[in-house]
Amino acid sequence: MSNQILERPRSLTGKQFHYCPGCHHGIIHRLIAETIDEFDLREKTIVVQPVGCAVYIYEYFDTDVSEAAHGRAPAVATAIKRVSKDKFVLTYQGDGDLAAIGTAEIVHAAARGENICVFFVNNAIYGMTGGQMAPTTLPGMKTATTPFGRDVKKQGYPIRVSEMLAPFDGVAYVERVMVSSSKHVIKAKNAVRKAFKYQLQEKGFSLVEFLSACPTGWGMPPVEAAKWVEENMAKQFPLGVYKEVGLDD
Amino acid sequence: MRVLMKGTEAMAEAAIRAGCYAYFGYPITPQTELIHYMSRRMPEVKGVFLQAESEVSVINMVYGAAAAGVRVMTSSSSPGVSLMQEGISYLVGAQLPAVLINVMRGGPGLGNIQPSQSDYFQSTKGGGHGDYKLITFAPSSVSEAASLVYGAFDIAEKYRHPVMILADGALGQIMEPVSLPEHGLSKPSVKSWALTGAKGRSANKVLSFYLDPKTLEEHNLILQEKFKNVNEEIKFEEDIFDDMDVLAVAYGTVARILRSAVQRLRNEGKKIGFFRPISLWPFPEDALKSASRKSKLVFVSEMSYGQMLEDVRRVVPDDIEVKFYGRAGGVVPSPNELYLKLKSLLEGGM
Ligand SMILES: Cc1ncc(C[n+]2csc(CCOP(=O)(O)OP(=O)(O)O)c2C)c(N)n1
Ligand code: SF4
Repeated sequence: MSNQILERPRSLTGKQFHYCPGCHHGIIHRLIAETIDEFDLREKTIVVQPVGCAVYIYEYFDTDVSEAAHGRAPAVATAIKRVSKDKFVLTYQGDGDLAAIGTAEIVHAAARGENICVFFVNNAIYGMTGGQMAPTTLPGMKTATTPFGRDVKKQGYPIRVSEMLAPFDGVAYVERVMVSSSKHVIKAKNAVRKAFKYQLQEKGFSLVEFLSACPTGWGMPPVEAAKWVEENMAKQFPLGVYKEVGLDD
Repeated sequence: MRVLMKGTEAMAEAAIRAGCYAYFGYPITPQTELIHYMSRRMPEVKGVFLQAESEVSVINMVYGAAAAGVRVMTSSSSPGVSLMQEGISYLVGAQLPAVLINVMRGGPGLGNIQPSQSDYFQSTKGGGHGDYKLITFAPSSVSEAASLVYGAFDIAEKYRHPVMILADGALGQIMEPVSLPEHGLSKPSVKSWALTGAKGRSANKVLSFYLDPKTLEEHNLILQEKFKNVNEEIKFEEDIFDDMDVLAVAYGTVARILRSAVQRLRNEGKKIGFFRPISLWPFPEDALKSASRKSKLVFVSEMSYGQMLEDVRRVVPDDIEVKFYGRAGGVVPSPNELYLKLKSLLEGGM
């Protein structure tokens, strides 16, 4: 007799992810879907989709999904949540989406304290369009548009999103995590759970930032890419809780 | 009951009476009273009001609320509507109903805050990317503005397509008596496609993303087919007869001014007719074509350098001459100015 110890979350369709080998988008999808199941929210959830590699999230999540134009997910989510307060609303956004074209939308959704969860995937690059510089690209890092490495004198400094948003009064919870090893995955899962609780308890805006590998964009084998997240990205973007206003018991 | 109201406020109240549940906006003259009015009234009807950080956000909020299945509206003026073009294209692509009001002002660029009609192309010919048209109605009185806004919600839902009310600064600002429709005469339709949580049904997806070219072409063909049916919504006003020397054509505020010039000439015994498109897209092609056949000459006036003129020229038979008189930059032609133009035309001048 065998016991099944792991199964596909009900909130995923079962369609195979298209992500490159070693990409962390898939793990992050799974953590969110599992948490939707745990809180029994599948029939209440509305996912707002980004552009970027996760534009296909509508194929994977067996929940209602709205598309959003590049960077506009926080505005779309704001309206969905405001007209349907009993629903559970989350956005899933990359760094190009959230920290470049959509900077205004995320800053103002945070400042207004919109009662939504934002899952922010920081892979320091634009994956989908072929590995160009992102606002989160590390100093010295080579990308398709910084072929000589990001020169902060020319291209400026990376934006630290968690640190930027945490001070807003409307923000209830911000944590930066990574999913590069099982130990970190467990921590990341707890952060996702907490973000969910913040929305369920109507505490305001919550954001979980995932440091995420893009082996293709970085031109690295998967194992090396996971190591690079831990050794380089986590230095530029330190892990931890940046804001936590507290949950009810 | 007839009440005296400003154009912007009459449009706002009409929307509320049509069951508008959410309004998102950003201040811009000359439509600010509309957002002021909504900020007071939406809470009274337990609806949602939000002032966003930009028109880019506004239109994406409209998108979100529409996707969630509620009646939603926004209003703005020319520069703000330019910022909304990305979102309007997405609304069309995802087949979402919404009502949008543009109280046009002088442009291009920052221009000024005076009345203008220079966003005709932007509204009726696309404006955003992709193959689409925007259903556009142009009122020429406060009371008509209110009734067009009211009806726009039903039309938007019927076609799952955004509807624009193209007004101008003059219409937004004048006060006139209006009789507003009663609350709830029009009932929001049940939207099986809306995002309400996948309870007891399979998951709904609101998308305009079709990576496969064949599938995207099919989607576009569905949209094109829908656009043909929108011909049912064609609206116009005409005052014509069989043997006209001139047929005078205008829309919105200019039509109102032109109408009084036409009336004066009629009183003088001149053979002059009048035609006013109310739906700018779909354009009342057949009606205008047959009206123009009864005239020796067609005269078009606009507060722009001739945008609707292109649609008129497209429709009027080649052997009938089309003459144009436009003012722009916020200059509103006076009744006397148009009277003199028409008079000199009738006397073989201009
Ligand atoms: C208005 C607009 N500009 C540009 C694009 C092209 N585009 C698609 S995805 C993308 C970058 C996405 O990067 P990121 O958000 O970091 O996600 P990733 O692909 O890395 O997961 C860009 C620039 C677009 N879709 N829309
Ligand atoms: S390009 Fe990068 S982010 Fe996109 S799927 Fe591949 S590894 Fe993941």
